[in-house]
Amino acid sequence: MSTSLPNNRTAALAAAAFVLLLGGVALAFYWVPNAPLEGFRQRIFYIHVPVALTAYACFGWAAWKALRLLSTRDQRYDLESYTAVHMGVIFGILTLVTGSIWARTSWGVWWSWGERQLVLFLVLFLFYSAYFMLRYSVEPGPRRASMSAVYALFGVVLIPVSFLAIRLAEGLIHPVVFDRDIGSNLAGSQLLTFVVCLAGTLALAASLYGNELTGKRIDERLRELREALE
Amino acid sequence: MTSAERYVTAAYLVVLGVLLAYLVIYAFKLSRLEREVGELAELARRRREG
Amino acid sequence: MTYLADVGALARKDLLLELRSRDTLPAMILFVVSTLVVFNFSLPAETGDLAAYGLLWVAIVFTAILGLTRAFAAEREQRVLDGLVLAPCDRSAIWLGKGISVVAFLALAEVVALPAFGLFFEPVTWELVAAVALADIGLAAVGTLLAAMAAASRARELLLPLLFLPLVIPVVVGGVGASIADDPGRYLGFLGLYDLIFAILSWASFEYVVTE
Repeated sequence: MSTSLPNNRTAALAAAAFVLLLGGVALAFYWVPNAPLEGFRQRIFYIHVPVALTAYACFGWAAWKALRLLSTRDQRYDLESYTAVHMGVIFGILTLVTGSIWARTSWGVWWSWGERQLVLFLVLFLFYSAYFMLRYSVEPGPRRASMSAVYALFGVVLIPVSFLAIRLAEGLIHPVVFDRDIGSNLAGSQLLTFVVCLAGTLALAASLYGNELTGKRIDERLRELREALE
Repeated sequence: MTSAERYVTAAYLVVLGVLLAYLVIYAFKLSRLEREVGELAELARRRREG
Repeated sequence: MTYLADVGALARKDLLLELRSRDTLPAMILFVVSTLVVFNFSLPAETGDLAAYGLLWVAIVFTAILGLTRAFAAEREQRVLDGLVLAPCDRSAIWLGKGISVVAFLALAEVVALPAFGLFFEPVTWELVAAVALADIGLAAVGTLLAAMAAASRARELLLPLLFLPLVIPVVVGGVGASIADDPGRYLGFLGLYDLIFAILSWASFEYVVTE
């Protein structure tokens, strides 16, 4: 039973993350000019949106691994799916925090129900937190792996459905006061900075995932060894 | 530092903070794994000799 | 056609069991009416009339949780679910049969709840009834699957609400929207879409949840 991410690949990803993220943050602080309308505070965009997109990518990866588990019944995908959800939740929390800071700089409030991305991430955070509750309260084994996989699949389907719901809810519950277009009208320098930061964050998530997965697999092997020796 | 600069820096620092926290947690985990490997090696050695 | 026969048999079993024991449905009805009464005391005087619709949907969701917690409780107590899984029927038939009985229970509870709501708070429109009907399907579809998961866990009744609530937020949005918006059609359509997507997903994945 080998890891799905051989450790030289993880090391390479970590090195890539180092270069890209360091470069990206440098670009975001030193090179990119101030946004014409919003000014300096727009620079949060270069960390907030990559982190959000990375969280989505993690959840998508978890759903893919979940699908592989259900179709092949190969148990090694369980740990991979679980680790991906774990990473997704970490980046989800980061999204909520950076988003909240952005809301504070833009509108003076730490939270706004009118901010679609934030609300979506809150719902997803609740959903995937329940994932952990599910795992902790079921005996380890193929049954738990299957249930977790089904739940992870539901999560990824929930993302667009929730987004649609949140959009529909806007007319009902809170007046849409602030309309912000993220990602449209990006000037060349802004686009480059964004892409570099995005690539760096994705590489970071991938290398963290590889590390975490290796750690968990070692745990497993040690447990097996211990049972064999005692 | 203007207020905007404070908040922007805070956002990036939060990401750095979480990364560093992860590093610390992982360091503890690694030392635990090392200890377990040592225990198991001891068990294996005793098995071999006994 | 044995698939549908299995589904019918399973649904009938649950309904007959309820008819004999009469514990879940009265509890659901009493719960939803009590909740509505609590709402009277929890809504401040100046809140608009429309707030009541929002609270109605909260009541429906929690009544559904109540019913779902019981959905597999009997099975667990008698290990019938294991027996059902061994039965020579397609596992998804269990989901469909159980889901149908959940819809039935919910609908019966709402037959009492909606007139009570109309009496206590706001008039019950046709859009509201349509929304409730569509929502019942969605709630039962995901709820039955999640209840099966929760039944296999140690946390049981604690786990189901945690799994259920984030998933049904879209149902609440659709329901409230259909109740109060100017163009309820959009929200009813959304509820239909939710039902379609999650019913198919639940139907397809149920067997993975109940087997080893």
